[in-house]
Amino acid sequence: MTENPVWQPSASQAVLKSRAQQLAFVRGFFAERRVLEVETPVLAQHGVTDVNLDGVFADVSAMGRRGGWLQTSPEYHMKRLLAAGSGSIYQISKVFRNGECGRRHNPEFSLLEWYRVGFDDNALMAEVSDLVCGWLGCPPPRLRSYREAMKVWAQLDPFEITDRDLARRCEQWLAPGQIAGLGRDGCLDLVMSFAVEPHLGQDVPEFITGYPASQAALARVSEVDGHDMAHRFELYINGLELCNGYWELADAGEQRQRFEADNQLRRRAGKPEMPVDDAFLAAMAAGLPDCAGVALGLDRLLMLKVGTKDISDVLAFPFARA
Amino acid sequence: MASYSTNEFRSGLKVLLDGDPCIMLDNEFVKPGKGQAFNRVKLRNLMTNRVWERTFKSGESLEAADVIDQDMEYLYTDGEFWHFMLTDGSFEQYPADAKAVGDTVKWLKEQDVYTVTLYNGAPLIVTPPNFVELEVVDTDPGMKGDTAQGGSKPATLSTGAVVNVPLFITIGEVLKVDTRSGEYVSRVKSS
Repeated sequence: MTENPVWQPSASQAVLKSRAQQLAFVRGFFAERRVLEVETPVLAQHGVTDVNLDGVFADVSAMGRRGGWLQTSPEYHMKRLLAAGSGSIYQISKVFRNGECGRRHNPEFSLLEWYRVGFDDNALMAEVSDLVCGWLGCPPPRLRSYREAMKVWAQLDPFEITDRDLARRCEQWLAPGQIAGLGRDGCLDLVMSFAVEPHLGQDVPEFITGYPASQAALARVSEVDGHDMAHRFELYINGLELCNGYWELADAGEQRQRFEADNQLRRRAGKPEMPVDDAFLAAMAAGLPDCAGVALGLDRLLMLKVGTKDISDVLAFPFARA
Repeated sequence: MASYSTNEFRSGLKVLLDGDPCIMLDNEFVKPGKGQAFNRVKLRNLMTNRVWERTFKSGESLEAADVIDQDMEYLYTDGEFWHFMLTDGSFEQYPADAKAVGDTVKWLKEQDVYTVTLYNGAPLIVTPPNFVELEVVDTDPGMKGDTAQGGSKPATLSTGAVVNVPLFITIGEVLKVDTRSGEYVSRVKSS
């Protein structure tokens, strides 16, 4: 539509080469460990219920059905493979998140997602460390709990602080009227994004673990020091969030409850409810093997490798030029 | 009036914030993978020229400000207002007050074209072109032959602006000046 469309890629030839090397490194890493590469649909009938994730609706017409979703992650389909006895698997896929665009986001991006049968969150963190530090040549990450990171960088205890005090803390960034609809997790996300994240992984990479149970998504929850905590971890390097992993929830009933809770949050936020993916729940009921899984942003990994703070430097054609 | 939602935010957007027209300078999208999205926005308040930093939740919106930039020719001043005329052939005239003209007053030359930012139809800001050509009306006598080495002296231009110029510049010469830095660029060959 513009008068002078930019046709050139925004990534340099050197970075494109580095991207190809990264793909080869990742495939070599998993081949050596005998983890099977798989491909699952990018376009599917269901989207996610997650209140903070918006898929891209696709006006597809096939088999008497109309409409589908470009996937926000390959998680549901990969878990169906796991339930069918695939063993440990990985996938490199394009995923889509509507509305996400900025120096660290592009609505379409490359995700590396893998599942390790028999691993827990700690074993998987060790493997993430091998992969990431093997590629970047960085020192192994240090472990820090979500609670401790919040205490150190935001001077608050995310498990003990009252809703009122937390809201007051958020007035540093938002007007009271804006905070009202945010909810406790939204407030914690605000503090995490603005006060904590920029400090994480600055001297050495840092795993953040032990998220509040309300932010468990698809992770198991267990009690630590009298508080419910999710077996969920994220890796940060230079303040950049690189991956999100779980010791996976294997209870179909609990999974259905979480989906319904998500849809309740969606209703409250004025977002359309998402129909629950019954095929996924049926696979969970049939039995997901004990496993841990993680999703890692490959574009961000490449940003760290080539030393840029702007995702458009590592994408041939970011959305603005796509 | 139209409004812009956070996913329409981009630099250059003109919006109303706390009742004042603002231009968006920077928009940073911040979101933990599984968490709430925010936009951290830098805006310049066009009334005060101050830069504001504000945070918005994804989905919030701002009202659009009726702000447009127009090319206009400077006509004259009556002492209270500086009068400009649209260059689109409509001959429509707009009076700008001292606040709108601001520092640009020292670059105003009749018949030259300036960018006039209109807010709700009235001049809000007058911006000069990056380069203007103005005649020297006063400076110390020129020093012939001293063209190579440094050294400078003040020169007063026809609009009243004072700029530092090389020693060889004389009264009556026309100079090219960068209005952003207020610095002398070159002599203009009189044709």
